[in-house]
Parts: sequence; structure tokens; C-alpha cells
Amino acid sequence: METTDLIFRIVLIVIIFAISLVVAMYSTYAERKVAAFFQDRIGPNRAGPWGILQPLADGGKMFLKEEIIPTNATPFLFIVGPSLAILTACIGSAVIPWGQAIVIGGHTFDLQVTDINVGILYIFGVVSLGVYGIMIGGWASNNKYSLLGAIRAASQNISYEISMGLSIIALLMLTGTLSLKEIAEQQHGFAWNVWRQPLGFVLFLVCAFAETNRSPFDLPECETELVGGYHTEYSSMKLGFYLFAEYINMFISSAVMATLYWGGYNYPGMDWVAAHVGPTIAPIIGVVVFFGKIFFSIFFFMWVRWTIPRFRYDQLMDLGWKVLIPLAIANIVLTGVITTLLN
Amino acid sequence: MSTFYFIAFLSIFFSILVISAKNPVHSILYLILTFFTFTIHYILMNAQFLAIVNFIVYMGAILVLFLYTLMLINLNKESEPVKPFMVKFAGVFGGGILIVALVASLKSLGVSNPVILKNPDLGLVKNLGKVLFNEFLMPFEVSSVLLLSAMVGAVLLATKDPKTA
Amino acid sequence: MESLSNKRKVLEVKPLNFLERAYLPAIMGGLATTMKHFFKKPVTISYPEEKREFSENFRGMHSLKRDENGKERCTACGLCALSCPAEAITMTAAERKPGEENLYREEKYAAVYEINMLRCIFCGLCEEACPKEAIYLDGDIVPTDYLRKDFIYGKDKLVEAPLNQ
Repeated sequence: METTDLIFRIVLIVIIFAISLVVAMYSTYAERKVAAFFQDRIGPNRAGPWGILQPLADGGKMFLKEEIIPTNATPFLFIVGPSLAILTACIGSAVIPWGQAIVIGGHTFDLQVTDINVGILYIFGVVSLGVYGIMIGGWASNNKYSLLGAIRAASQNISYEISMGLSIIALLMLTGTLSLKEIAEQQHGFAWNVWRQPLGFVLFLVCAFAETNRSPFDLPECETELVGGYHTEYSSMKLGFYLFAEYINMFISSAVMATLYWGGYNYPGMDWVAAHVGPTIAPIIGVVVFFGKIFFSIFFFMWVRWTIPRFRYDQLMDLGWKVLIPLAIANIVLTGVITTLLN
Repeated sequence: MSTFYFIAFLSIFFSILVISAKNPVHSILYLILTFFTFTIHYILMNAQFLAIVNFIVYMGAILVLFLYTLMLINLNKESEPVKPFMVKFAGVFGGGILIVALVASLKSLGVSNPVILKNPDLGLVKNLGKVLFNEFLMPFEVSSVLLLSAMVGAVLLATKDPKTA
Repeated sequence: MESLSNKRKVLEVKPLNFLERAYLPAIMGGLATTMKHFFKKPVTISYPEEKREFSENFRGMHSLKRDENGKERCTACGLCALSCPAEAITMTAAERKPGEENLYREEKYAAVYEINMLRCIFCGLCEEACPKEAIYLDGDIVPTDYLRKDFIYGKDKLVEAPLNQ
């Protein structure tokens, strides 16, 4: 590997890391603002103009709060839980293609940290690992509510992973590759996968809500039944890490959703821009478009959260096992039949 | 090569911790780490697909279920069953026989020629899929039928008998 | 049973049809409703900067009135203290000295007049009891403070500003 390439990789990793942290930080602010707008309120507006410094104030507060480790907790695992949660949330961004390669001065800069040929499966692995943070934290708290929250999270994640995987299989039958970069390239222009896989997209969307523990599937932290859920015993920045991990997960799953179904960095008329405006400008617009898609789907996550009430636990399991999995299998069969007929 | 030895050392170290840990939940966590080192082994052998499947299926699903079950069991010292002397003796005896067998097999071990794959990229998804669905189609399908029958069996065991219920 | 009022409405519970069971249309409807609210004007009043207008009979902080010549009207009769259900009012009477006629209207006046704002329930009975129209609850909301002793308001806070100022 060339030196410039290596330096660029390191810079890219740092930038992506910073971006995902900043996006997660401002998602907490956006969540509160969006919730306020949906409820005809104003939302946080005291820290800085329009409350723009609110996340910093929240972060400062989190750091300064008292650090409590319960007497009967397992101290090491109690700390490992939130660390693992935030770690698994952060490493998912490694395989996401953020844009087309940019050529500057003869050097090609790939806007993707690494292009492994099992990209989607890597994302799956990271997502399935994410539940350990919740489980370990919930168990180490030595609290029945935390344990119940952790168990709910685990069974929910495993159940919805299956239908998520099945909904992706139908997509993979069309793309014929597991690499996220190639999938993004195939959707050049306006040939987005969502037009070819609408049912698959809906299934994936529902599962993404369940995997990120977002409302209406936020049963692991259902405060009416479980006090605070798996993070009942947590305080200070360890609690902050759990909350933060949720927002990073939301960011990453939005990015994955945008890459798989909404064309990633592709936008209609990208060839025209590349030909008329300039070959360097076009990929940059692509990155902006990609982030636009991500932000819209983060907004959608919030929109749904402030619209739909929480499921009951048996309804959640019914939906996962009796509705989504059969639908996903039907989608696979349908896709197979249609592609065979068209060929 | 040194990476391999380091990772191999880690896998053995964690697997010893799995059986020596007093708390069952801790030993499951060590088992997770052991499987993680296996994943790294697969990556070192350029078997990306196998690595990631090991990651998803074993670490992400099966061990989560293990952990899930263990968390629900009351693991106090008092509830630990008292093991009679005969059981302990049988355990020591069985372990001794295993050691004898291992030593004997190590003694009779000859150095064979290292196996070299014809296609070093066999572990990548495309090549693996071609091999699986051409040369090894029959065993592949048979194993899937086996899994299906296991699943049906599990469902049968889980559903209540209409006569007794 | 025969309905007496003829207002009984017979509800028919129909089983949900396919679209209703799919829930997606209903969810879309919900999303549309919340989106409608997204663009509505917020009803919040950001309090210290903006103030909602008080109603005409709002009862806020007390004020001890002066008459048209700027003399204090209160004559320390004690009827307000007597009528107060929360016993929030105390006072000490004093005799008006020669030369103080421009300060106090009657020959007797309140040297000390204290209202404990933590006890006061803002019922307005003092207002009604006062024969001299000296006390009215026409002020603002009582501001917050950190110490209980700071909520005992004396004449410095209660008496209206003199006329010539």
C-alpha cells in the first residue's frame, strides 16, 4: 500500500468516526426538536441560538454526573457492557461506501474504508454482536428489570435478524454480490433497488427499527414495565454510551438502508453533472446526496417514533415470526420466479 | 506466521478459561472470545465467508441463546448439586484416559506434507458457492434436509401433546 | 331490553378486512397526522420573554395601596389577618405622629406588615375583608427564591410606589 493511500485511509477513518459521533450527538438534539414540532412545541432553545449547543451541555452533564457501580453488580462486566455497545455501533461504518472514488491530481481516493467482498454479512455480524453490550450490561447490573430488558433485547434482535437476513437474500438474488460497493455501483443514476424490491425494503425497514431498539419496538427499555430497561442501574457517561450507541446504530442502519435500497450516493443526472460540471464535483455532490438520504431516514425513524405506540411483547414476536418471516420467504420465491421468467 | 501463533495461543488460553471459570456466565463470555479468535483464524486462512458466518451464527446467535439461558438460571452456590464421590472418580478416570489417548496419538504422529490448496481464493464467496453447488451439491442438500428434520423434531417436542394437555 | 331514551346505538364489530389487518394504511394515516402537526405553529409561550395575558380576576402578589394623595390607606385594623384562612398575614400597629399626615391616611397605621408568601393561598379573602380598600392581589406571579425566610414579604415589597415617583 502506498504511503499517501495509507495516510488517506487513516484520515478517512478519523473523519468517518468523527462524523458518526457528531451525527449521533446532533441526533439527540434533533430527536428532541422533532418530537417538539410533532407535538406543537418549541423544544430545547436555551443553550445557544435555537438550542444548538444543547448536545454539548448534555454531554458535559453526563461526564460530570456521579459514577455509580451497584454493590452487587459485577464491576468489570458492568463497565464492559456499555463499552461493547458503543464499540459495535462504531465499527459498522467501516464497509459503507460514502461516495464514488475522487480523483485529485492523479491520485484516486476511495471513499470507503475497506471493501471486503462480504460487506453485508459484516454489517450483520456487527449488528448481531451489538446485543452483547446490552445483555452483558443487563446481567452485570444484578437487577431483575435490567435482566428482563436484556433478555427482551436479545430475543428481539435474534428474531428480527432472521427476517432481515431473508429480506436481504431477495435483494442479493438481484445484485449477485455481497460487496456494498458493487451494490452501490449497480444502482447508477436512478436504478435504485427500492423500485425492484419494494416489499423487501418494507421488511428491511421494519427489521431495522427492531434491530436498533427504536420505537415501536423499544421494548427493552419499556419504562412502563421495566423501570428503565437494561440501563436501569447505569448512570453518568456509561448511560450516555448506551444512549449514544442507539443513535449511532440508527445512523449506521440508515446508511446501510440508503446504500442497499435508495441508491447510495447515486442520483438522477449524475452522468450529466460529471460531463458538464466536472468529474471532481460529481462525486462530492454524490456524498452530499448520500448524507441527505441518511438524514431523511433518521428523520423517518424519529417520525415513526413520535407517531406509533409501542407494541406488546407477544405482538412483537407474532409480527416477527408469523408475519415478517413468511413474507420474506414469499418475497424470495417471488423474486426468483420473476427473474427466471424475465431471463 | 507469528500472528497465527499469537492467535492460536489466545484460542487455547480462552478455551482453558472456559472450563476453569467458576461462574457459568463468565465461561460463556470466554467461549465467545474463543469463537472470536476462531473467526480471526478463518480470516488468516483467507476464508472470509466462513469467518463471517462463524461470526454471525456462532457468536451472534447461538452463544446469545446460551447466554440467554444461563442468565435465567439461578446460579447460587446453594443450588449447585452435591457431586457424589463416584461421579468425581469417574470424571478423573475419564480425563486420565483422554490424556493417555492424546499422548499416544501425539507419539505416533508423523509429519505429513502440508496440504496446499489449488485455488487460494477458495474461501471467497463466489468460489465457495460454485464449489458447494456443483461438486458438493448432494452433501449440501442432504445436510439441509437434516437441519429441516431437526427443526421439525424441535417443533414436535415443543408442542404439547393434545391427549395430556 | 327496551331502550327508554331511544338513543341506544347498536355497534357492529366487523372483523378487520385485509387492508386493516395489514396495518400499513393505518400507520400511513398516523404518519400523515403527525406530519400535519409538524408544520403547525407551536402553542408554547416561552415564559420569561413572552407572557400570557392574565385574566381580569387573576390574583397575584399583594400590594398595599395608597390613596389619591399618596398616603397609605392601611389602618392596621387586622381584619385581613383575621380573615386569612392560611394565617399568612401579621402586622404591628402604630400611632401616627404629628407631621406624618402626608404619609398615612388614618391616625393608626401598620408599622410592620408581613405576608408569608409560602403560606398564602391567593384566595383573595383579605381583599374582601379590607374596609379601607388598602390591599389588592393585583400583582404579578410571586417570584421564586432559595430561602424560606425570603418569602416573608414586608412593607418594602408590598406597599405601592409613592405617587410622585
